[in-house]
Amino acid sequence: MIHLLSATVHQITPEGIIDRYPNSYNHFVLPFVIGITFILIYLFIGLIRILYHLSGEDRIKLLKSLFNPKTAWKNIKDIFCDCLLHTKIWKRKPLLGYMHSAIAFGWFLLIVVGHIEVWLFAPRHLSGLTEGSLYYPIFYRFFIWINPAHETLRGSVFFFIMDFLLLYVLSGIGLAMFKRVRSIALGMRHTTKPSLADRIALYCLWLIFPLRLLAEGFTADLSGGGFLTRPLNWVFRAFFGNELNFLPTWWAYSICLGLFFIAMPFSRYMHILTEPLLILFRNAGLKVRHPRKGFAEAEIYACSSCGLCLDACPMNAQKKNLKYSSVYFIRFLRRHNKKKTKEIAEKCLMCGKCYALCPVGVNSPAIRRAIRETQNNSINCNYSYLDTYAGKAAEVLSDKTRGKILYFAGCMSHLTPKIIKSMETILQASGQEYEFMDRNEGICCGRPLMLAGRTDAARKTIEANTKIIKDSGCTILLLSCPICLKIFKEEYSLKGIEVIHYTQFIDRLIKEGKLKVSKSSSAIVYHDPCELGRGCGIYEEPRNVLRAVAELKKASKEKDESICCGYSLGTLTLDEKDKAKIAESSVSSLMAEDPEEIVTACPMCYRAIRSKAEVPVKDFAEIVCERIENNDKN
Amino acid sequence: MIDFGFSVSPSSRINLDNADKEKFARLAIAEPDVLKCMACGSCTASCTAGAFEDTSLRRAILSLQNGLSDDASKLLSHCMLCGKCTMVCPRGINTRHLILSIQKIYSL
Repeated sequence: MIHLLSATVHQITPEGIIDRYPNSYNHFVLPFVIGITFILIYLFIGLIRILYHLSGEDRIKLLKSLFNPKTAWKNIKDIFCDCLLHTKIWKRKPLLGYMHSAIAFGWFLLIVVGHIEVWLFAPRHLSGLTEGSLYYPIFYRFFIWINPAHETLRGSVFFFIMDFLLLYVLSGIGLAMFKRVRSIALGMRHTTKPSLADRIALYCLWLIFPLRLLAEGFTADLSGGGFLTRPLNWVFRAFFGNELNFLPTWWAYSICLGLFFIAMPFSRYMHILTEPLLILFRNAGLKVRHPRKGFAEAEIYACSSCGLCLDACPMNAQKKNLKYSSVYFIRFLRRHNKKKTKEIAEKCLMCGKCYALCPVGVNSPAIRRAIRETQNNSINCNYSYLDTYAGKAAEVLSDKTRGKILYFAGCMSHLTPKIIKSMETILQASGQEYEFMDRNEGICCGRPLMLAGRTDAARKTIEANTKIIKDSGCTILLLSCPICLKIFKEEYSLKGIEVIHYTQFIDRLIKEGKLKVSKSSSAIVYHDPCELGRGCGIYEEPRNVLRAVAELKKASKEKDESICCGYSLGTLTLDEKDKAKIAESSVSSLMAEDPEEIVTACPMCYRAIRSKAEVPVKDFAEIVCERIENNDKN
Repeated sequence: MIDFGFSVSPSSRINLDNADKEKFARLAIAEPDVLKCMACGSCTASCTAGAFEDTSLRRAILSLQNGLSDDASKLLSHCMLCGKCTMVCPRGINTRHLILSIQKIYSL
C-alpha cells in the first residue's frame, strides 16, 4: 500500500496523519478551483452592482440595520431557518421540506465539519492559498494517509459524522430525483420547466454527492473512512484488487463541482448565494423601487424556481394561464424580456398568494407594480376637483365627528348597499356614535390607482382623504372594504386614528358585550378576501364572529392559501372569461364541506362569488345583522 | 370683428375624416372590449368621479368613434380607476384597462 504514497513524507502529526503529496496538489483539483474562482468573482461583481443600484437612502438603511442588534439577530435567525433548514417548506409540505433541508443544511454541514476536521488535524492547510486552503478541505480525504495503527477516537468520530452527513445529503438527492418523476408524491401538482442552464446545474448537483461517496470510498483504505466509505472500499477491493486506481473518480467529482459553480450564475441555483442577501435587504426594510435593479435584482436572483407558486397561483384554474405565474415572470425578468414581463405584470391578479407561500419570500407583486408604474405613472389626470370636495366634506364633518367613529364605505360598498345598511343597523344597535364619511358622495381610497401603477395620481386621492379624516377629529376610522383597508394601513399617515375593518370592529363589539348575537345551526363557510387576509393579516377576527352566529365549516384552501375570487382590481388585462374560471375554482374550494351559505367580507368578492355559487352568498355584516339580539331601544 | 349682436354657432357636424382610424385600431388591439360596448350607460351611472365632474366612459367611446378624441380624453381625465364600472358592465368589459389604454393611446 505504501507504494501508492508519495516518496517524501511531508508532515506527521501525533495522530498519524501524513500528507501524501508534498505540495498538497494534484491536477484533478483544477476544475474545482476554476469553478470556485469564477463564482467568487461573479458574486463580488454582482454584489457591487446591486449595492450600486440601491438608492443612497437605502444603503444607509441597510448599513444601520447591520449594526442594530435586534435586526442582526433576526438576520441570523432568518438565514439559518430559511436558507438552511427551510422551515417555511417544512410547515406546509414536510417531505419537500426534508428534501430541501437535507441538501442545503447537509451540504452546509459537510463543508463546515470538513473545515473543522482540517483545522484540527492539518491546520497548516487552512493558512493560505499557497497551502491549498481553497480546495484542500474539500478534497481532504484524497491528500492524507492515516496510519491505521494510530487511529484515534477523535478521528473516528469525524469519519462517522462526515459519512452520516453524506448519507443525509444523499437521501435528499434521492428524493429530488424521485420528485422529477412523481412530483405529486412530494405535494407538488405543477413543477417548473427547467431551462438549459438549470438542467446542467441540476444534473451536476445530483452527481456531486454520489461521486463524493465513490471517490472517498476508493481512498478509504488510505485516508480512513466511516460506515459508508469503508465498506464501499472493501467492495471495490474485492472487485478491482488491492491496487485501486482512484484518480478518475476524484477527477469526476472535481469536474462536477466546477461545472456546477460555472453553471450556477445562469441557473436557478444562484438562489443559494443570493437568498442571504435578500434576507438582509428585507430585514433592513428596503422596498422595490426599480423593477429590475437594486432590491428587485436581489429578489430575481433569490428566486429558486421551485415552482411552489405554480400550485398557488389562482391562474392555474386554466392550464394555458400557468405561464403567468411568478416563477416564469421572474425568469423573463432575469432575461430582460420586457415584452413578456409587461404582459405578465398586467395580467396578474395581485392576490399575493405566491408571495405568501414563497419559501424565499420573493415579493413579485411589488415588482409587478413597479413595472406597471413605469408604464402608467405618466398618464395625465385632472384631479383639481378633489381639493374642492375635500374642503367641503371636511367642513361638514369637522364639528360633529370629534371623538366619534368615522365610517368610510368606499366605492365598492356603494354598489352593494346591503353592506352599508347592515353596518348602520349594527352601529345603531350597539349604541355607537358615528358619522358617515361618504354617504352621498365620496372619492376613491387610491388603492386601485396604486395597483395600476399610477402612484402620483393615487397620492392625490390619499391627500384629499387624509385632509377630510384628520379635520374630522374622529378617533376610529371604520372601513367595510378590505381594498381600502390595505392602502389606509400602508400609505396613509393618520396618527392617533385607529384604522379598523368591520370584521375586527364587530368582533370587538361582541367581545365587549356591546353587541349580542344568537347562533343559528346553518352551516357556513368563510371566504378570505385577498386584501384582508394576505394583505392585512386578518384571519381570526371574522372567524370568531362567524363561529358565534353559525356553524363554521372549512374551505379546502383557506386563510393565506385562500383562492382569489378572480375579480380582483389587481389585474389590468385579464378578461371576463378567465375571471369567471377563477371564480368557479374559488367557489369549488369553498364548497368542500357542503356549506349552506358562503360568507365573505369584501364587496368585490361578494359580487364575484354570488355570480358563480349555487348556495346563497352573504356579506359578513349582513349575516351578523340577521342575528342581532339587542333590543332596538338599547 | 364687428359685433353684430349675434353670432353663428360653430358647426356641430361630425367630420369623420378627423377620426384617427389607426389609433382606434391600436386601441382595439390593446383592449378588444372597446368593440363590445352597447352604450347602455351603466358605467356612467355608477361612476365615482362622475358625481363631481363630467366623466363618462360611454360618451368617451362614442366620441372616439366619431373622431373626437380630445373630448374622450377630457371625459376620462377625472377617472380614479375605482373599478365600479367594471362591476356593473352587463357586457363584462374590462373598463379599467380600456380607460388606461385610451389615456395612453390618445394622450392629450
